Amino acid sequence: MKLSGWGGFPSHETRLVAPRSITQLVDAVHDGNAIARGNGRAYGDSAIGSNTTINMRHFNHMIAFNAQTGVLETEAGVLLSDIIDAFLPRGWFPYVTPGTKYVSVGGIIAADVHGKNHHKDGSLRNFVDWLEVMGPSGEIVRCSPTQNEELFGWTVGGMGLTGIIVRAAIRLRPVESGWIKQRTIVAENIDAAIDIFEDNSDASYSVAWIDCLSTADKAGRSVIMLGEHASMNDLDDKTRRRPHALATKGKLSVPFHFPSWVLNQFSVRAFNSVYFRNLKWQIGEQLLSWDKYFYPLDAINGWNKIYGRKGFMQFQCTLPLASSREALHEILGKISSTGSGSFLSVLKRFGAQEGGISFPMEGYTLALDFPVSKKTIELMSQLDEITLKYGGRFYLAKDSRMSAATLDSSDNRSKHFATWRAENGLNTTFQSVQSQRLGL
Amino acid sequence: MTKKTILIVGATSDIANATAHQFAKAGYNIVLAARDTADLETNKSDIAVRYETEVTTQQLDILDTKQIEGFAKGLSPLPDIVVCAVGFMGDQVTNELELSSASTVMRTNFEGPSLLLSAFANLFEERGHGTLVGISSVAGNRGRATNYVYGSAKAGFTAFLSGLRNRLASKNVHVLTVLPGFVATRMTEGLDLPEKLTAQPEEVAQAIWRATERKRNVIFVRPIWRLIMLIICAIPEPIFKKLKI
Ligand SMILES: Cc1cc2nc3c(=O)[nH]c(=O)nc-3n(C[C@H](O)[C@H](O)[C@H](O)COP(=O)(O)OP(=O)(O)OC[C@H]3O[C@@H](n4cnc5c(N)ncnc54)[C@H](O)[C@@H]3O)c2cc1C
Ligand SMILES: NC(=O)c1ccc[n+]([C@@H]2O[C@H](COP(=O)([O-])OP(=O)(O)OC[C@H]3O[C@@H](n4cnc5c(N)ncnc54)[C@H](OP(=O)(O)O)[C@@H]3O)[C@@H](O)[C@H]2O)c1
Repeated sequence: MKLSGWGGFPSHETRLVAPRSITQLVDAVHDGNAIARGNGRAYGDSAIGSNTTINMRHFNHMIAFNAQTGVLETEAGVLLSDIIDAFLPRGWFPYVTPGTKYVSVGGIIAADVHGKNHHKDGSLRNFVDWLEVMGPSGEIVRCSPTQNEELFGWTVGGMGLTGIIVRAAIRLRPVESGWIKQRTIVAENIDAAIDIFEDNSDASYSVAWIDCLSTADKAGRSVIMLGEHASMNDLDDKTRRRPHALATKGKLSVPFHFPSWVLNQFSVRAFNSVYFRNLKWQIGEQLLSWDKYFYPLDAINGWNKIYGRKGFMQFQCTLPLASSREALHEILGKISSTGSGSFLSVLKRFGAQEGGISFPMEGYTLALDFPVSKKTIELMSQLDEITLKYGGRFYLAKDSRMSAATLDSSDNRSKHFATWRAENGLNTTFQSVQSQRLGL
Repeated sequence: MTKKTILIVGATSDIANATAHQFAKAGYNIVLAARDTADLETNKSDIAVRYETEVTTQQLDILDTKQIEGFAKGLSPLPDIVVCAVGFMGDQVTNELELSSASTVMRTNFEGPSLLLSAFANLFEERGHGTLVGISSVAGNRGRATNYVYGSAKAGFTAFLSGLRNRLASKNVHVLTVLPGFVATRMTEGLDLPEKLTAQPEEVAQAIWRATERKRNVIFVRPIWRLIMLIICAIPEPIFKKLKI
């Protein structure tokens, strides 16, 4: 069948299987050229097997929880939303979460995801105690920072290319409530935004939404949202009645693919101005539920369909701290000069990072959405070039189109990864459409 | 207040597992029963971890009918609710050619589940309360060439549940008949089911939860199935026998 990622682009023919037992999982792996698929939230072709795609949804059992340490042992198909449902009422929240809760434990480990707290806590890697990975023979091997370290190092961030993560132990964060104290600050341009990030490095969470279409000395005007977990004392009468805050109710759904003209530069411009006008309203401090703070997009089911049938792409790069300012100026200048505004443009400060092939590096990361068209594909290649010029690299979980040459020049770790895969006989067993495209 | 207990038989089924989650979330202790308890281990720990509730497992082969009464009497505490999700469709052509296969289908869908609920009916009647839930099927509402062996056994089970309800109505024992249309489970995996008519196991579980709370008699899960079966049952036999459905 034809399968694609969250962006709906590209789509590829693959054999999709959903094993229910370890025995069936071994059979699927023995088919070769297979890749695991979690909840399909990677944007491009990371979770499409060049031959077989192994949907892990039946491996959705939690195994054990230690209420002293906050360590959850779980199968890899369990979703973050399930973990929050089960543990927030008991005072626990994921240490690191991406901008959607509809992701699987296997998927976020394979992408070594970062959250709004990367500058303080680093990526998910720091909160994974161990993994159990099925290799080409079907044998399951446990690895951790101190046991089979090499396998652990490449698997976290390795985009499924080291084997199938079957089970994992991840640490949760104790929280007093499900509410977040948010402080919102407006930055008139990109320089101001960077200054605000640097001044607020002690905030637990920080992220900025950027208006990509503003130009000249307004280029990169943004709204920066800082957050702290609220303690019981921070709650008012209303919020204290539901200290763990409920998930957002009354979800909107996008029922069908929008025609592609809906999202042109005028609507993006309109969206951004309305968005900024509304946000300016909320400047200052407020209490937000965990769902509204971490997962605003989850409130709209199937929002990816607003980009139409052709789908959309993400561009996400990370830039070294020293060259971030200059690089961001050039990137934003390039975008506004082509008029291909991005609906959702997110800027974030990264802290230090370890790991075999994990994406983050100390500096700034910028994520942009573009509807698929010849013009935007061209623009994204130009953004690739700018990123390379400043020593940045790209997020595989978002990528759907970069070339093997671009990956090679952005990240010399990729060659080592490919060599290690070949040496361990992994390259023919585990292969995604993406790894094939990128020569990994 | 002591926690209520629900027994779910045929617990390896997706519908049964979703039902266990639904009741665990509502605060019940869970007893899972299946032919092979080893198959229940992952479900057991999953439910216990998620809902901090007590989950135990029991071995029961519903075809081993001599075992049933002892099984029911041996449970302590006697559950407040019993759900029977046991079922087996088999392959219609095999069921036509091999009488032993047809017999297994008939016994698994009719004899076993009916005897199981009979045993609990007597215990519940004696105690003065309880809820019995039988998962039958719309396939039992009219026999069709494509699956009448399974359908006829479900028809028997549906009639049995209806009679049981009639008998126990004045005894404070509630009997719920569940007639799901298509459900996306292991049983139907690989079949090309129409999306609009196919429920997810969680939907069936939620419907069962609501129906036990509200003491409903017969539910179809997706309401459209009530209408579909009304129409199918209204077709005159001379026409029906020539249809390919
Ligand atoms: C709205 C939105 C916001 C996002 N925000 C962020 C963010 O803030 N930060 C961030 O880091 N990411 C973010 N992402 C990206 C997302 O977190 C990653 O793509 C994540 O990998 C998705 O998990 P999944 O379960 O859907 O995996 P899939 O998309 O199904 O798979 C992703 C990769 O993981 C591998 N994989 C999945 N399961 C397994 C397994 N069991 N064993 C081995 N490999 C496996 C796949 O092979 C594939 O390479 C966002 C995505 C969306 C849609
Ligand atoms: N899926 C549908 O579309 C649909 C529609 C209408 C009604 N139903 C009914 O819903 C119920 C659940 O079905 P399902 O779809 O979840 O399919 P399923 O997974 O095949 O469930 C059948 C269950 O019955 C158990 N079972 C079979 N023979 C048994 C025996 N001799 N002793 C004890 N247990 C036995 C199976 O256990 P094992 O794991 O040991 O085999 C399994 O747990 C069934 O009664 C089915 O007829 C299903």
